[in-house]
Amino acid sequence: MGINATLLGQMITFGLFVWFMMKFVWPPLTQAMQERQRKIAEGLAAAEQGNTQLERSRQEVEATLQAARQQAAEILAQANRRGTEMVEQAKLAAREEGERQIRSAEALIAQEISQAREALRREVADLATAGAGRILRREIDPAAHRDLVDALVGQI
Amino acid sequence: MSSAEHAAHSPQEYVTHHLTGWTVGEGFWTFNVDTLLMSAALGILLVGTFAIAARRATTGVPGPLQNLVESVIEFIDGVVHETFHGDSRLIAPLAMTIFCLVLLWNTIDLIPVDLFPAVAGLFGVQYFRPVPSADMSATFGLSFTVFLLIIVYSIKGKGVGGYLEELLFHPFGKYLIPFNLVLNAVELLAKPLSLGLRLFGNLYAGELIFVLIALLPWWAQWGPGGAWAIFHLLVIPLQAFIFMTLTVVYLGMAHAKH
Repeated sequence: MGINATLLGQMITFGLFVWFMMKFVWPPLTQAMQERQRKIAEGLAAAEQGNTQLERSRQEVEATLQAARQQAAEILAQANRRGTEMVEQAKLAAREEGERQIRSAEALIAQEISQAREALRREVADLATAGAGRILRREIDPAAHRDLVDALVGQI
Repeated sequence: MSSAEHAAHSPQEYVTHHLTGWTVGEGFWTFNVDTLLMSAALGILLVGTFAIAARRATTGVPGPLQNLVESVIEFIDGVVHETFHGDSRLIAPLAMTIFCLVLLWNTIDLIPVDLFPAVAGLFGVQYFRPVPSADMSATFGLSFTVFLLIIVYSIKGKGVGGYLEELLFHPFGKYLIPFNLVLNAVELLAKPLSLGLRLFGNLYAGELIFVLIALLPWWAQWGPGGAWAIFHLLVIPLQAFIFMTLTVVYLGMAHAKH
């Protein structure tokens, strides 16, 4: 076989193939590969950033929750304190009111007793006078013995 | 198929038939049509496939074809970046074309030796050698192109003066110019010769062994044929890889300043 003009034809076709590869195949594919590499790198960086952000937000949420919980506990404690205070106050007021009512009732009772006593005394005096008058109808002059009867009434 | 053919021919005729190509022309201006056809067809297949991959290239999720082509590109790019320091806009596609083209050429060696001649016979073609890399003209077509590029890159890397100086005054100084020149010429020519001959020799030998195995009776062919084919599975990519790597190394050496 040896070497003949096939060599030249071969070199030309080979040159054409290499030229075609260099022009139309290699650049777009390597560019696509580099572009993809860049995209992947960006994606990884974004994921990393997202992760740190998520971590930060989680911490924030945790802190906020903590604060809210604390506040709620404070409010509850305050409300409890306030409630017991109010109950205490109400108890005190009720007791005072009761005592006041008791006192006024006692005053009223005392007044009525004294009135009744007064009325009774007067009646007894009248009765005593009338009784004594009936017994001593004749001997005792109501006018002459008035001071005596009065002293008697005052003793009752 | 093959046994029918040996019935008609002696073993010697059979082997000779398989080692004769389809030629057109006389003397130097002979064209090995089979080689040219096969290498052009395989080259167009290669370039077409890669062109489709390049056209559909996406920066998103790549399809199977793009995956394949991208892995080839990454492999070649790795080799080129390791051995060639400089502008690799031509070198990398060149290396890829060499690797894939030689790989395809060599793979044809695995197709049964009687298939292509028989198909060609149906079209009235008497001789057909399908493996381009078993044709010296084809392998030297590649290696001479590489040779021209070595000279181009030497001048590009060192300048005309620098390259001439290297050819004339190295390695023994300016008093032994003729000796230096002869030495450098031998070194320079040895590169394309060794590239082309290595590939040709390996594949020619492979083809010859396959032809010899085809001479065995049909029931005995699978043993040696299978073994040789499996061994050849190693040789095919290895020769493509060696050709590609040495090309890049030679061009890197040519381009580098001393």
